[in-house]
Amino acid sequence: MGFQMLVPFGPWNWLFLLVALRCGGASSDLNESTNSSAQPELNVRFAAAGSEPAETVSVFALDYNYVQIPYEVTLWILLASLAKIGFHVYHRLPGLMPESCLLVLVGALVGTIIFGTDHKSPPVMDSSIYFLYLLPPIVLEGGYFMPTRPFFENIGSILWWAGLGALINAFGIGLSLYLICQVQAFGLSDVNLLQNLLFGSLISAVDPVAVLAVFEEARVNEQLSMMIFGEALLNDGISVVLYNILIAFTKMHKFEDIEPVDILAGCARFIIVGCGGVFFGVIFGFISAFITRFTQNISAIEPLIVFMFSYLSYLVAETLYLSGILAITACAVTMKKYVEENVSQTSYTTIKYFMKMLSSVSETLIFIFMGVSTIGKNHEWNWAFICFTLAFCQIWRAISVFALFYISNQFRTFPFSIKDQCIIFYSGVRGAGSFSLAFLLPLSLFPRKKMFVTATLVVIYFTVFIQGITIGPLVRYLDVRKTNKKESINEELHTRLMDHLKAGIEDVCGHWSHYQVRDKFKKFDHKYLRKILIRENLPKSSIVSLYKKLEMKQAIEMAETGILSSTAFSIPHQAQRIQETKRLCPEDVESMRDILTHNMYQVRQRTLSYNKYNLKPQTSEKQAKEILIRRQNTFRESTRKGHSLPWGRTAGTKNIRYLSFPYSHPQPAGRDVRVAEFTDHDGSDAEVPSIMFNTHSPTGSLQEGRRTQEIIPMKSLHRGGKPPHLGYQRNRSQEEQLGRGRRAVLRPKPLFHAVDEEFESGEESEEEASAIGSRWSTEHRPGRDLHRSHRPLLQRK
Amino acid sequence: MGATHSASEEVRELEGKTGFSSDQIEQLHRRFKHLSGDQPTIRKENFNNIPDLELNPIRSKIVRAFFDNRNLRKGPSGLADEINFEDFLTIMSYFRPIDTTMDEEQVQLCRKEKLRFLFHMYDSDSDGRITLEEYRNVVEELLSGNPHIEKESVRSIADGAMMEAASVCVGRMEPDQVYEGITFDDFLKIWQGIDIETKMHVRFLNVETIALCH
Repeated sequence: MGFQMLVPFGPWNWLFLLVALRCGGASSDLNESTNSSAQPELNVRFAAAGSEPAETVSVFALDYNYVQIPYEVTLWILLASLAKIGFHVYHRLPGLMPESCLLVLVGALVGTIIFGTDHKSPPVMDSSIYFLYLLPPIVLEGGYFMPTRPFFENIGSILWWAGLGALINAFGIGLSLYLICQVQAFGLSDVNLLQNLLFGSLISAVDPVAVLAVFEEARVNEQLSMMIFGEALLNDGISVVLYNILIAFTKMHKFEDIEPVDILAGCARFIIVGCGGVFFGVIFGFISAFITRFTQNISAIEPLIVFMFSYLSYLVAETLYLSGILAITACAVTMKKYVEENVSQTSYTTIKYFMKMLSSVSETLIFIFMGVSTIGKNHEWNWAFICFTLAFCQIWRAISVFALFYISNQFRTFPFSIKDQCIIFYSGVRGAGSFSLAFLLPLSLFPRKKMFVTATLVVIYFTVFIQGITIGPLVRYLDVRKTNKKESINEELHTRLMDHLKAGIEDVCGHWSHYQVRDKFKKFDHKYLRKILIRENLPKSSIVSLYKKLEMKQAIEMAETGILSSTAFSIPHQAQRIQETKRLCPEDVESMRDILTHNMYQVRQRTLSYNKYNLKPQTSEKQAKEILIRRQNTFRESTRKGHSLPWGRTAGTKNIRYLSFPYSHPQPAGRDVRVAEFTDHDGSDAEVPSIMFNTHSPTGSLQEGRRTQEIIPMKSLHRGGKPPHLGYQRNRSQEEQLGRGRRAVLRPKPLFHAVDEEFESGEESEEEASAIGSRWSTEHRPGRDLHRSHRPLLQRK
Repeated sequence: MGATHSASEEVRELEGKTGFSSDQIEQLHRRFKHLSGDQPTIRKENFNNIPDLELNPIRSKIVRAFFDNRNLRKGPSGLADEINFEDFLTIMSYFRPIDTTMDEEQVQLCRKEKLRFLFHMYDSDSDGRITLEEYRNVVEELLSGNPHIEKESVRSIADGAMMEAASVCVGRMEPDQVYEGITFDDFLKIWQGIDIETKMHVRFLNVETIALCH
């Protein structure tokens, strides 16, 4: 299956590999040592150059040793990326199996190649490299893209489940395996308790984010996704902490010397490590948020600050033997809220994509290593151990899920049903984390390390392939409660109203609940934190920002599909539509074309200027005035842990909802009001293009982070030419877009145009905008048809 | 609470009417007394005593909802001047979590009741429709905590929301069709996808309190 997927890549990929192999073959004669650092290679190179008597000047020479390590690493990463492209090209594949499957296969493939050519793989992974370089990006990405609101709403359950679950699993598996090892027949009696416990802790590290992509296809409800996501986030941290503690134990004592005091000390250490890590993470998050407040003139270093501080938090925590993973997670979560508002749009995009890229690279490397280890000679196969490991993994996961949820359901208002629990149980897919920890077991303490590695590999392969592939159908079969997220103004309004209503009723009841906690936190946040940490602190409203966001979306859509293509954009499209509608009056068409050509001209101009002045901040781009669509992808998109950059089946193609502004003006009362508006702003129409937006606050440029529904961050046109991901969207769902574009074209939504001009010139007040809009709508009466059915609003592809 | 005998009967009666457990009724009664200053009824002014409520942007709507005759099931419109404990409980019962043991029909009924409560909050003039004005009012209040937002923006948002609602409810509209306002059925349609069960509930204490006078 892997080969089938790779075939569409064409010859280039194979060419790379062939070249590599040939060079590898050639160099393996020269290169004997595995631990080839650059230094000896360098010497060899020079020595070779010097020692050989120069018979002829070689016109063409090959020096593979020099570049071997980076060359091979690059090839691996490229290979994995190409595989991912192919993976997503087949639309149905991502819904069938998690991306981990793919990565594992790629790894196995590379492993086969390397094994087949008897090539010594470069030592990319050892303990320090893993913990210092490969792990932090993965965790950082997880923490940064975590949707905060559902997470904190469910935090109790998540902590309970993730924390205790990991512990129960670790100790359960460890102890059971120890009991098995006692049985003489299996030949495992030299594996003592500590080793078993350690193995248990590393094998219980779950990587369920892999299945989140599959969940997304089935649109599983939010609580469930959140539990899984939260588990993934905390699980790594807890496993590593446990692992380190147990390693310390193993080094310290022989088993007999361990006293209860030590165990208590271990527990205390566990708690301190966890909390300390979080504490440091939060501190660093605040520091970096504070610093980004002052970076408006050097926006190029903003991503640097974000990354460096996160990494620093990790390192500092590690120095103090605290949990670096939890530190970096906490840092990312804290930092995100404030940094998002402070940094410029481009920096924000950079941060996002770079983060995904780094984590993707890390994960790829780890999986490749896994593949390389799989196909090799260093295995020790012990039937009993492996089978029992597999069995116990499942059993203990089931036990922990059902027991823990049974208890936490008593305290939840909305208990998780048995179906949900089954899904959670089944999503216990192991991943790179377990493998790394197994791989890094010190051989001195673990004479039977190979067996552990083999067992880990078997478990990973089993869970990733079998569980990963079947969980999709299982979710659909069980008909888990679906989520129904729409992004619409109405919903935002209602949700807001409901929140306040709840808080109010709870106040009346004298009830203390987590809503009030959140309210209190928000107040504190607004009063103190935002003042300190955010540049030009202006309270933002999520309703307004959502509204703007939707406007922007429309604007860009329309620009993408309709305007940019041709000057007489509207005529051909409209001509087609006119067949169906037969309602457009000629003067409508005329004015539509006018306004849109005007806008279109602006757009083109912007594009050019962006290309010319690449990094110079646009003068019209004032941070506070941007109509910010600085949102991550939708919740589901963002939880795809480093597995794919957030293009692909972006939420935009699926969930486009935009405001429908029917031509037929709805309310008589409204109409009057509009006329009034129109007369008010009559005089100022002339100055429309040049009015500075100064007096008006960045009405809701950003959300307060309360919303989790997010759309693609649309790079506004005046920044990025044609945003690549939108272009990609278009390719994928051309008909959709065009269809919508056509529909969009037909109805010059009053406010839509306003926004168009607004974002393009960047200088219009909303007032003027809506004035234009209202003029538009009052003049051009319901001559045109509200062709837009309500379908797009409820459309879910 | 008066003579024990009649008190427990009252409690049972209330239990039956509103669906709260006796402990919850007990606790709410204490709260009622606290709010009313030991009076048998609460007026609007009593709600001023709640400090946290002051900061709530839709405070007036919430307070109003308590006195709304439609919520109290006392009439199609208008406001009561004062409410007694039973009315208080009636209002609170809108926020009870939906019991998972109930069957589908009951769940739907509960949901409808909750949505009706919300609808009444929007529809302040009790004409059965949420007009643009009323919607604007709601949005204004919601955004009132934010001094930087212009009135015009608020209006546009309300307009946008209304139009969106129109498209959801009515779909394709004829050119000369006028959208009067959101009726309750339309409202239900809008809310169809959103699970109100997880959002509109307040967890009333289930903890056993010391029986005062049972």
